[in-house]
Amino acid sequence: MLRYMIQRMLLMLPTLLGVALLVFFMLRVMPGDIVELKLRADGASVSEDVLNQERARLGLDKPLHVQLATWLGGMLVGDMGLSMWTGQPVAHEIAIRLELSLQVSFMATLIAVLISIPAGTVAALFKDTWIDYIVRVLAIAGLAVPSFWLGMITILSLLTLFSWLPPITFTPFLQDPGANLAQLIWPALAVGYRYSAVATRMTRSALLEVLREDYIRTARAKGVFERLVVARHAMRNAILPVITVIGLEFAFLIGGLVVTEQVFNLNGIGKLFVQAVGRGDYTLIQGLVMLVAFIAVAVNFAVDILYAVFDPRIRYGGR
Amino acid sequence: MQAGLGSHSGATSESGPAPLLDVRDLRVHFVTSRGVVRAVDGVSYAVRPGEIVAVVGESGCGKSVAALTIMRLLAKPAGRVMGGQVWFNGRDLLTLDEEEMRQLRGRELAMIFQEPMTSLNPVLPIGLQIMEPLQIHLGYDDARARGRAIEVLGLVGISDAERRLDQYPHQFSGGMRQRVMIAIALACNPKLIIADEPTTALDVTIQAQILELMKDLCRRLGIALVVITHNLGIVARYADRVNVMYAARMVEQGEADDVFNRPRHPYTVGLMRSVPRLDRPRGARLETIEGLPPNLLDPPASCRFAPRCPGRQERCAADPALVEIEPGHGSACFRASELTGEDSYRHFGLVTAGPAATRGARADDGAPVLAVRNLKKYFTITKGLGLFGGTKATVRAVDDVSFEIRRGETLGLVGESGCGKTTVGRTLLRLEQATAGEIVFEGSDLVAADQAEMARLRQKIQVIFQDPYSSLNPRMTVGEIIGEPMHVHKIEPDAAAVKARVADLLGQVGLFPYMAERYPHELSGGQRQRVGIARALAMKPTFIVCDEAVSALDVSIQGQIINLLEDLQRQHGLTYLFIAHDLAVVRHISDRIMVMYLGRVMEIADRDTLYADPLHPYTKALLDAAPVPDPAVERARAPRLLGGELPSPLTPPKGCVFHTRCTLASAECSADVPKLREIRPGHHAACIKI
Repeated sequence: MLRYMIQRMLLMLPTLLGVALLVFFMLRVMPGDIVELKLRADGASVSEDVLNQERARLGLDKPLHVQLATWLGGMLVGDMGLSMWTGQPVAHEIAIRLELSLQVSFMATLIAVLISIPAGTVAALFKDTWIDYIVRVLAIAGLAVPSFWLGMITILSLLTLFSWLPPITFTPFLQDPGANLAQLIWPALAVGYRYSAVATRMTRSALLEVLREDYIRTARAKGVFERLVVARHAMRNAILPVITVIGLEFAFLIGGLVVTEQVFNLNGIGKLFVQAVGRGDYTLIQGLVMLVAFIAVAVNFAVDILYAVFDPRIRYGGR
Repeated sequence: MQAGLGSHSGATSESGPAPLLDVRDLRVHFVTSRGVVRAVDGVSYAVRPGEIVAVVGESGCGKSVAALTIMRLLAKPAGRVMGGQVWFNGRDLLTLDEEEMRQLRGRELAMIFQEPMTSLNPVLPIGLQIMEPLQIHLGYDDARARGRAIEVLGLVGISDAERRLDQYPHQFSGGMRQRVMIAIALACNPKLIIADEPTTALDVTIQAQILELMKDLCRRLGIALVVITHNLGIVARYADRVNVMYAARMVEQGEADDVFNRPRHPYTVGLMRSVPRLDRPRGARLETIEGLPPNLLDPPASCRFAPRCPGRQERCAADPALVEIEPGHGSACFRASELTGEDSYRHFGLVTAGPAATRGARADDGAPVLAVRNLKKYFTITKGLGLFGGTKATVRAVDDVSFEIRRGETLGLVGESGCGKTTVGRTLLRLEQATAGEIVFEGSDLVAADQAEMARLRQKIQVIFQDPYSSLNPRMTVGEIIGEPMHVHKIEPDAAAVKARVADLLGQVGLFPYMAERYPHELSGGQRQRVGIARALAMKPTFIVCDEAVSALDVSIQGQIINLLEDLQRQHGLTYLFIAHDLAVVRHISDRIMVMYLGRVMEIADRDTLYADPLHPYTKALLDAAPVPDPAVERARAPRLLGGELPSPLTPPKGCVFHTRCTLASAECSADVPKLREIRPGHHAACIKI
């Protein structure tokens, strides 16, 4: 088991390195650099000398391999460099917004799990009855409705029905849980609903498939209570694909909050991302991409570990 | 309607105690998109306490559905019980509510299923799976349930039970898993166990172990056993009484000796005569039951067997009831009283083949059409996980195998799963690239041949696969499937010529030209296998590899296909490599036979010599393990079981690979790999003890 974990962990490294190389070179291939955007964006005429001075200050005059080595070397010791636009450390720019985005993501995931596993299970157990139809309609709706639209409807409803709007400044949860939740529960619900739609459908189909397995018939032939047949014999097997879906969606969520954060006017990672790209802020974009990549890889690692927990064939390296 | 011969039917003279299980006039329907399938249509049978009863029939006859109905485990909502009663211990199980039934399942009634690989929950330790019924039904606490689990694992012959309780199903072999299934069934000491094809998925030697174990345990513990099977040999080994089902009906029931020695239904007679037998001289042709079982969506109003029965008369247009012909022996045939022995079978037209005769001399010019020398095929597999640190291991699937096949002969290749027989076939077809050695076919080495040469040779070497369901592309018509190789190799000038040749081939394999328009799912298993044969013949090959070509087919269909293969061989002068695990089938069709074990050849000999006088201890064990459909023979022979399990091919035993299970083995057997020696002219064996 320990070896399995170490193997999975080591496998993360080449992935991250690949992402780093890809984002670094893609940014440099794109026309127009940050210096031009920063100094000439509003049509001001700035001499080539000034531009070159600024490039030299930001280290953009050095050969590519030197820039790359500096950046990668910095990351190895935990230094992501300075934002080329604001001059603040990238780590700092991210840190002040990460808490909000992570909290929304975790809450959305929690909401999705709380909805999807019971709903998917009930739909599978009552397949082709009205219960199943309702769950399926809601799940399809969740996939079909974009979460930003749902977010806008939520805000408008709050405004027209209660003449109330959620606060727009972020309060850390530990400081004032009430104020914190009043702001973040709405985006979490909007995102979580869509998220739950995918997971509900997966739970339903995985459970239906498992319930047809021979070992479920064996369990029934032993006289096991139907409740236990589902909870112990079927769910343990059906949960594996559901974990995969939840993990994939979570990794997607961090990078995919962009639109939702705009709608709810949240100052999170998504918004920072949009800003950074708009400004051509190389170091910040690189830092953000690496963050998202790291979270995606870490979630995959967690999914692999959960697989091993639930499936002895992986735990004991069977056939 | 049909009355069974249980205690309730007045027709039967009562003998022995009251039945423990009494199924009366059971009817089960399946609602499908194509209509209502009458899967069980008025079936009755009884089981007395402690008795072993067999239910025999071909696939789709309703034997398993009836058993699942007894357990009330029918798939809902498709399966519906339309009538009948299932009396068990004084209660009609069909009238119990779900909770009452649950209390009986696993406690009084237990069931063992066919597929040991999928019947245990892969994510739960086997200890929990055995302890579960004990805790649910008997209220045992953990310690007590664990104690009983260790006890039953001991009963089913799993050593080191204490440790193995915490292991998971994937850590057990197929045979061991079936032992665990038996342990689960035994846990609460039930009164009745229903075993649905319990050994069909297992190898011959393991099958013999499991059969012996079940029989012994039921006798010792006084548990009644219902064995559902298609294998008449198993029935003969096990059963006190036999029930034969055909097309959702019971056609014959009685004591095992009576049914085997004096069958009173033409279907039973045909079934017994169409199985190749190890205990009889082999006939020139297998006898077969022509035609197919009726479609249960719309069964005929006549006797269900009448369309296939050579002895049908006018009165057979009515539906015969199961009536007692002699005490305790019933048959659902109007002419049952006329069926009294060999002469009557001939009179009925049930004897289709001539008297046993040796096959006419083949076009045997002694020149080998195929010579395999020192063939090796190793697979490298990664054990453990991931890119890093996974240990590489080598499986020697085929290790130093040499043989020759002469023109026009059939070489049978037998062995248990994992012995490398299929890999040999695949290497000959170059579906696998050999690791070393040479395969000389008509003067060219298949191992070294380049692509162009291979394309030419592929026309000469064809294959018939095992599974007629998955080896035909479901989206192509039969005509396209058979015609495809002609297009690929451009052997017919135009589409019209291809069409004509497809029609001709369909005729040759006993199908009709109009079937070229059909899709595989519209055909039965036997018909699909005929299509597979036609596809192989399309290239006008000289050599065909038949890889378990009849294993997936029912007995009566299997006989038809074997006869077809033999006819085609004679007409076209074909050479076959016939790969199979069924010793009786191999003996019937082969001229010479090669026995493999763990990638190595154990023995090669002339067919008659091999069966009459096997030299290698493994061959002897295989022949001993194969059940023979005759209760007298089965009872007479002492159970000489081959113990142990097949070793892992990753870590084959040193020296002779068989020494770990061999009764003759001594220290020197593990020293060197024994050479295949010619012990008598044409009879080779790899054993130092001969």
